[in-house]
Amino acid sequence: MSSPRPVQKPETSSTLVEVRGVTKEYRRGSETVHVLQELSLNIPNGDFLALMGPSGSGKTTLLNLLGGIDRPTAGSIVVEGTDIAQYGESELARWRAHNVGFVFQLYHLLPVLSAERNVELPLLLTGLSASERKRRVQAAMQLTNIADRARHKPSELSGGQEQRVGIARAIVADPLLLLCDEPTGDLDRKSGDEILDLLQALNREQGKTIVMVTHDPHAAARARRILYMNKGRLATEAEK
Amino acid sequence: MKYLPLIWANLMRRKARTLFTVLSVFIAFMLYAVLGAVNQAFTGGVQLAGADRLVVMNRIGLINSMPINYADRIAKVPGVADVTWQEWVGAYFQDPRQPITGFGVDASSFLEVHQDMHLPPEQSQAWLVDKAGVIIGPVLAKRYGWKVGDHIPLRSNIWRDKQGNSTWDVNIDGIYGGGQEDLLLMHYKYLDDTRAFRNNQVGMFLLKIADPEHAGTIAEQVDGMFANSDAETKTSTEKAFLQSFAAMLGNIGKIVVGIVSAVLFSMLLVTGNTMAQSIRERVSEMAVLKALGFSRRGVALMVLAESLLVTVIGGVLGFAFGAMFAGAIGSKLPFLQGFHTPASSAALAVLLMASLGLLAGLLPATQAMRLQVAAALRRA
Repeated sequence: MSSPRPVQKPETSSTLVEVRGVTKEYRRGSETVHVLQELSLNIPNGDFLALMGPSGSGKTTLLNLLGGIDRPTAGSIVVEGTDIAQYGESELARWRAHNVGFVFQLYHLLPVLSAERNVELPLLLTGLSASERKRRVQAAMQLTNIADRARHKPSELSGGQEQRVGIARAIVADPLLLLCDEPTGDLDRKSGDEILDLLQALNREQGKTIVMVTHDPHAAARARRILYMNKGRLATEAEK
Repeated sequence: MKYLPLIWANLMRRKARTLFTVLSVFIAFMLYAVLGAVNQAFTGGVQLAGADRLVVMNRIGLINSMPINYADRIAKVPGVADVTWQEWVGAYFQDPRQPITGFGVDASSFLEVHQDMHLPPEQSQAWLVDKAGVIIGPVLAKRYGWKVGDHIPLRSNIWRDKQGNSTWDVNIDGIYGGGQEDLLLMHYKYLDDTRAFRNNQVGMFLLKIADPEHAGTIAEQVDGMFANSDAETKTSTEKAFLQSFAAMLGNIGKIVVGIVSAVLFSMLLVTGNTMAQSIRERVSEMAVLKALGFSRRGVALMVLAESLLVTVIGGVLGFAFGAMFAGAIGSKLPFLQGFHTPASSAALAVLLMASLGLLAGLLPATQAMRLQVAAALRRA
């Protein structure tokens, strides 16, 4: 990548995200499901936070709220001083395009596009020229060590390679926040370790703030902090 | 333009399905272009009809004639500025499969009445004094490579001369512009003096009237004048006459519109179904695009663009092929006068392609727009 935001200090510093009293409820028929209950949390700049907990504890819902692809029923999510819960649909889409990179368990690459075209997708939403987009795509793919597979379709890549493309796509627009939902959940141990090495390097060397949902204690051990969730609340925190 | 690779890649996801849909649209618009030519062939003359001209024919029908001396009496009707007459020649060139729309006319009054037809003065002079002279429209000149000064043997499948011959040697004295461009006009007198039967009779009178507002009154007066005679008349505007002539062959316009509407409606269902199926298959991809920051509107526009691309590619190719096909038929079969796809059909075709694309993409675009990202990713 070129011209990224100024590299953050590896150590965590000022607060980037402030989650205040967030509640999330769903209606399922006549029943109300309480997914998150008055949850509060601070995520400092440069943090690498792992969210753990049993299925249904609200980890992915919290991740979705942090990424602005879902809205809280109550409470606020303040990112760099702005409550994104107050944004309308199009403002939120714009905010996501500039501030959030998503890494999914199942990679979610578009199968009809080559790896480089997949990585380019977030840049289509910017005013960058085609040559500048290409330069940034190459930089992101070199950083994630997948540049040699640029012209390949996702179906021609291994799981680990697909996830590298997914991470390149997530960082290409130089977002504030990298949100990873079980990024190693579909990979073998070796590939999983390589992805975790990459995320760790992005956090330590590029200063990326990362929130990672995982069931895997081995993966969570790579984070700076681990938060345990249970029944929509934060249970305990383990700081390293 | 930067979204085009993504839109194109999505269309190419299932090549066979896209190809079949494009092909369906192709056939629909090819049919549209060809039927447009059919409609033009039957009704094109109506567009050229003058509002200030009345047609007088025998009440029984076009085949029946009227005495030429009606002309003097018609000319005296108040409001009639000029009268001319014409007789169907039933002409063809060399072979009956090369028919020519030919009339025997009174040259000077014909040119007076048909001010919309232009003939260079020297050609006009030449024709007026040449008993065996004819003038032709540019379509005929082009079709047979005829030019001013050529002598041609014109044959008739109706008339014989007094020796039993059906060939009239005529000279091309002029090529007119404007009006109906595929006519051959010979002197009525030449035809009538030499033909063996129906002498001093004509098939039709054409009146130029001073004020089109009075067309109805003049028509009533003319028909009233010949009521209860051996050859009663029926007078109508030239436009009404041509419309009723076309209607004798069936209401071609309505049939064409009916067929085209049914085909396009089928296309709407086919394209709409294809697009809906395509979007259903990639709900998670739409959700990912939205997660990456694509707006609701942006995602919807991409779906509409896909749909438009299918109908425009298929439609433009189909229409162009159909128009070329119609043009080829028209040039090979001269008896189908004016058989070509009119330019006005092209503009309407573009409008139809755009409407078809937008309508077919509307429902899937709305679905894509309303997609809840978190829920769609959870299901994926």
